[in-house]
Amino acid sequence: MLQYAFQRVLLALAIVFVAISALFTIMITLPGDPTTVLLGPRATPELRAEFRANMGLDDPVLVQIVNFWGRILSGDMGMDYNRNRPVAEAVFSALPHTMALVFGAIFWSATLGILLGAFSADNRNSWLDRVTGVLSVGFIAAPSFVVALYSLLLFSVTLRWFPTIGAGEPGDLASRLYHLALPSFAIGLAWVGYVARIVRASMLETLGENYIRTARAFGLTRRKVIYNYALRVAILPAVQVLGVGIGGMLSSAVFAEIVFSRPGIGSLIYDSVSGRNYPVVMGSMLVAIGFFVTCALIADLVNAALDPRQRVK
Amino acid sequence: MMDRLKHSLIGRLLADPMAVFAMAIIVGLVIVAVFADVISPHDHTAMNLADRFAPPSSTYWLGTDNLGRDTFSRLAQGSRIALYVALVAVSISGLIGLTLGMIAGFGPRWLDNVLLFVFDTLRAYPTIILALALAALLPRGLSTVIIVVVITSFSEYGRVVRTQTLSLKNAEFILAERAMGASAARIVFHHVLPNVLGPFFILAAMNLPVVITIEAGMSFLGIGVPPGTPSWGATLKDGFDYIRNTPWIIIAGGLPLILVTLGFTFLGEALRDQLDPKLRKSR
Repeated sequence: MLQYAFQRVLLALAIVFVAISALFTIMITLPGDPTTVLLGPRATPELRAEFRANMGLDDPVLVQIVNFWGRILSGDMGMDYNRNRPVAEAVFSALPHTMALVFGAIFWSATLGILLGAFSADNRNSWLDRVTGVLSVGFIAAPSFVVALYSLLLFSVTLRWFPTIGAGEPGDLASRLYHLALPSFAIGLAWVGYVARIVRASMLETLGENYIRTARAFGLTRRKVIYNYALRVAILPAVQVLGVGIGGMLSSAVFAEIVFSRPGIGSLIYDSVSGRNYPVVMGSMLVAIGFFVTCALIADLVNAALDPRQRVK
Repeated sequence: MMDRLKHSLIGRLLADPMAVFAMAIIVGLVIVAVFADVISPHDHTAMNLADRFAPPSSTYWLGTDNLGRDTFSRLAQGSRIALYVALVAVSISGLIGLTLGMIAGFGPRWLDNVLLFVFDTLRAYPTIILALALAALLPRGLSTVIIVVVITSFSEYGRVVRTQTLSLKNAEFILAERAMGASAARIVFHHVLPNVLGPFFILAAMNLPVVITIEAGMSFLGIGVPPGTPSWGATLKDGFDYIRNTPWIIIAGGLPLILVTLGFTFLGEALRDQLDPKLRKSR
C-alpha cells in the first residue's frame, strides 16, 4: 500500500508539473509581445521593460520554465498588476469559496444520490425504480449552467426564497450556508444522477454476495441488511467517481460563481481573462489543477486502502 | 451479416420508448438546423425596439430579447452552430484519440506509458477553466471552442480505445493471425479497428451533448462565438443580463440545450444497452 501511495503521489506531482509547464510554455511562446499578453495593452513602456527584466523574457524557454517553478516553489506567484497585490493573496482568498462550493455540491450529490440509488436497488424494477432511473439520466444530461440559471430564475428572482448574489456575511455561518445552498445544488444535481446510478448498480451486485445472504440467514431484517451492510460497500465506487468528478465540478463552479455573483477561483479567472491579467490566470490555473489532482489522488488512495484489488493495475 | 446486425439493432432501438424519444429529438434538431432559414418566422438579426422583451405570442413564438430580436429565430439559427461545433470537434478529437489509443494499446510498452501519462495530464485541466485561460491567448471564435474541446476530450477516446486494444492484443484470433504471419498493419486495420469502433461510437454519441454544452457555456461566458452570433449560450447570456426585465429569454434559451443533451444522452444510453451484452443481461 505504501509503495502504491508513493507511486500515485509522484504521478500526481508529475501531472501538475507537466500540465502547468505546458500552459506556461504556450503562454510565453505564442506569437506577439508577451508583455502585452501578460500586462494588457494599456501597460506603460516602463512597466513593460521592468516586467521583461523581472520575468527574464529574453532567456531560452527552458530557463524560463525552471525559473518559473523556482519562484512558485519559493512561494512567489507573481504580482496582480491590475490591482497591485500579490497573486497568491488573490488566489488564496478566492480558493475557500470555490472549495465550499465544490464540497457543497459533493454533499448534495452524495446524500441525495446515495438515498436515490439505495432506494432504487431496494425497490428494483418497480415503477419508482424506473422513474428514478430516467430522472438520474435527466439530471446527468442537464447542463449545469442552465440548471444554475433556471434555479436562479425560479428560486431567487421569482420566489425570492434564496439570495441572488454574493457568498454571505463573513463570519456568519448561517448566512454563508444560505448563500451556498442554491449554487452548490446547481452543480451537484448532475452528480446526484451519477451517484444514484452507480450506487444502484453496485448495490445490486453487493446484494448477491455470500455475506449478505449469511446476514439474512442470521435473521437480520431486509432493511437492516440493505442500509447497514450492503450500502457501506456499495458506496465505494461512488467515492472514486466523485473524486475524478471534481474536475467537472470546478468547471461548473465557474458558471455557478458567475450566475450567482460569488467570489471564487472561477470568477477570479473570468475577471482576469477579460482584463488579460495573465499572472492571476496562471496562479488560478495552478491552484485549480492542484486542487483537482489532489482530490482525485485522495479518492484514489481511499479506494485503494479500502479495496486492495484497486492497487494492482 | 452486417445488414442483419444493423437491422436488428435499429429494430431493438425502436422497441425502446426512450430511444425513440431521443431519436425524435435528434431528428428534430437536424431538421431545424437544415431548414433554419425556412422555419424562422423572422430574420434573426432584425431588431424591433418597440417590441423589446416581448413575452411569447403568436407573432413571437418564444418572445423577444433586449434588442427586440425574435428568440425562436435566433435559437433555430443557434442549432446550426451547436451541431457544427459538435460534429467537427467530436470528429477531430475522436480521430486523434482513436489513433493514439491504438498506438498506445498496440505499440511498445514505453510508448504506452508515455501516452498514458499524456492522457492523464490532459485530464487534469478542468475544461471551462482551461477554456478561460486559452481565451486570453487565442482569438474569439468557433475555432477556439473546437481547439479547447479537442485538447480536453481526445484523451478520453484514447483511454477507451487503448483499453479495448489491449484486451484484443492477446485474443486468440489475433494470436492465430499473427502465427500465420499477418503484418502489424493487417492486424490493426482488419482486426483491431472493427472491434474498437463499437465502444468508440458510443463514447462519441455521448460526447456530442457535452461538446454542445461546452460551446454554449463558452459563448455564455463571452469566450465562444463572436458578439452578435446567435449561439444558444449567447442567448442565455442576454437572458441572464436582463433577468429582471423578462424571464422568457432564459426559459426559452435553456430549452433547446436541455432537450438536445437529453436526446443524445438517452440515445447513447440505449446504444450502450444494446451493444454491450453484459449490460443487457444485468438489467
